[in-house]
Amino acid sequence: MTQRARQIGDALLKVEGVHLSFGGVKALSDVSFEIREHEILAIIGPNGAGKSSMLNVINGFYHPQEGTITYKGETRKRMKPHAAAKTGIARTFQNIALFRGMSTLDNIMTGRLLKMRRNFLWQALYWGPAKNEEMAHRASVERIIDFLEIQSIRRTPVGRLPYGLQKRVELGRALAAEPDLLLLDEPMAGMNVEEKEDMCRFVLDVNDEFGTTIALIEHDMSVVMDISDRVVVLDYGRKIADGTPDQVRADRVVIDAYLGVSHDQSETAEQA
Amino acid sequence: MIYREAGQFKTSYATDQMMFPILQDRIFMILVIAVAYLIPLIANEYWLQAVLIPFLILSLAAIGLNLLTGYAGQLSLGTGGFMAVGGYMTYKITTAFPDLNVLIAVLLAGLLAALVGLVFGIPSLRIKGFYLAVATLAAQFFILWLFNKVGWFVNYSPSGTITAPPRTLLGIMVTGPEATAPVRYLVVLTFLAFFALAAKNLVRGRIGRSWMAIRDMDIAAEIIGIRPFQTKLLAFAISSFYCGVAGGLYVFFYLGSAETEAFDIALSFSVLFMIIIGGLGSILGSILGAAFITMVPIFLTNAPPLIGLSMPIDLQKHIEVMLFGSLIVFFLIVEPRGLARLWQIAKEKFRLWPFPH
Ligand SMILES: Nc1ncnc2c1ncn2[C@@H]1O[C@H](COP(=O)(O)OP(=O)(O)OP(=O)(O)O)[C@@H](O)[C@H]1O
Ligand SMILES: [Mg+2]
Repeated sequence: MTQRARQIGDALLKVEGVHLSFGGVKALSDVSFEIREHEILAIIGPNGAGKSSMLNVINGFYHPQEGTITYKGETRKRMKPHAAAKTGIARTFQNIALFRGMSTLDNIMTGRLLKMRRNFLWQALYWGPAKNEEMAHRASVERIIDFLEIQSIRRTPVGRLPYGLQKRVELGRALAAEPDLLLLDEPMAGMNVEEKEDMCRFVLDVNDEFGTTIALIEHDMSVVMDISDRVVVLDYGRKIADGTPDQVRADRVVIDAYLGVSHDQSETAEQA
Repeated sequence: MIYREAGQFKTSYATDQMMFPILQDRIFMILVIAVAYLIPLIANEYWLQAVLIPFLILSLAAIGLNLLTGYAGQLSLGTGGFMAVGGYMTYKITTAFPDLNVLIAVLLAGLLAALVGLVFGIPSLRIKGFYLAVATLAAQFFILWLFNKVGWFVNYSPSGTITAPPRTLLGIMVTGPEATAPVRYLVVLTFLAFFALAAKNLVRGRIGRSWMAIRDMDIAAEIIGIRPFQTKLLAFAISSFYCGVAGGLYVFFYLGSAETEAFDIALSFSVLFMIIIGGLGSILGSILGAAFITMVPIFLTNAPPLIGLSMPIDLQKHIEVMLFGSLIVFFLIVEPRGLARLWQIAKEKFRLWPFPH
């Protein structure tokens, strides 16, 4: 595990006793854990364990039948996704959810929509305050473009980009909102080793430089062991373990339920 | 080699974000506008009245529909209805307040049309695509039915016709039977120039991006903080405002007098065809599409006699329908971004000329 500058603080978000089911399918049963300020938390588990559902609950996309989410000290039962965005939660999706008809630049600019204030009359004139506002946001989006090293695809419609770059643009859109809590659903899925390394670097840099709290879902154990401060393990909708990567790796239940099936991967992690 | 951006370095985001970042494009746009204003000097009454005035007004309506359908992704078949609101409300306002400037009456009527559009946009919260189109179709029929049924809208005229009363602007007759075609053309052109520019500004800023976000993926739009309902309603309102203003101009600066038939479903479809052929999600495309749909019938009337052919009028109508039909199928399947995209491709080719790559 790498040593990082940020001091991990108290719980930024607390999940307590969450139950979520779809008809007969129980996606989450009595799940509780916390995400602490400035940390990188990995959520792992076999396919269908309920990881994506958990993120969907956190950002108001799914509404759990039972349980509460406490975020920044406020407990909420039901929340709309756009309201979650307003409180500083941004995310990316497992199956990329970009605006395909728009360029990279415009996609990332949408990440700043919440920060833009001018009404449509100003915008129609594109003059004075509206123009200045646009320029200021353009400047910060350009910083993100530089950070993610995607200058050359600025004007390309994202539908034409290869998969790895689309994931990067989606991260850019989430970063543009300057979130306090960033949820990443399998940000490295389907990438080659080099792309994965880049993505790991971006995630670590975001966490280091801006202190952004990050919860990410990842299947690649070596990545998880490398970059996360803590790990939550889900299996069949239940939380079966929660702790530092070393603790989780040594956990009998986890080995049986999850690591056991992919033993070779955990060995590579040990060697790394 | 003449048309290119070489040597034009963008030194700030402001220049990069400009509507026409390439100098030649800017010069071209200014030329087009200048020529448009000088046209009354050379065009005859027939061209102004039968071709150019309806073209400009329908361009405005097409921009309105394109904001809603091309940018925000909400299919509407109620364009004729929203234009009718503009037409009838301009009539009501200007007859109730004869001293009010008629252009202000048109704008106020546009605002009322925006309100009506807002109401008929409410179903978009729950329904999408085809079903929403059916709901807007209901708007189309309901509005026309109302204007036919309730005498108040036509000031109880027994014929059910609304007629543009004579009004002046800066001492010049702009509406009514004595208003000349060149004057009406210039008023309509000014409206289009102003509102096309405003639309272009809207779509390249925050609002345009939130519309396109809703269009491309409403779920993702919501998680970045866009409120889908408000965003769609704003699209309905602004779109209907454009259609309403176009409807007011249609009655007062083109037809002179009208009944509800002028705004029937055929008009809604015709404006929809304009944006499909011109290009969904393009302001320029809206204007190109309007030009195409208004010019083709004129071409079919005038071209055959020039080469010594005579074409019966019904055959001409049939050719027109077939041509539009096949073009719409072509554009929907092959190039959904329409004539505007073809224009863009041509420009890119020209930029590289004389080198093929
Ligand atoms: N919208 C939904 N409707 C019905 N069932 C759902 C829905 N979303 C998730 N589920 C079910 O909930 C369970 C957990 O799904 P989820 O997508 O959260 O798993 P996951 O851990 O993210 O898996 P993966 O690693 O494959 O992404 C699955 O059985 C899935 O079929
Ligand atoms: Mg998942």
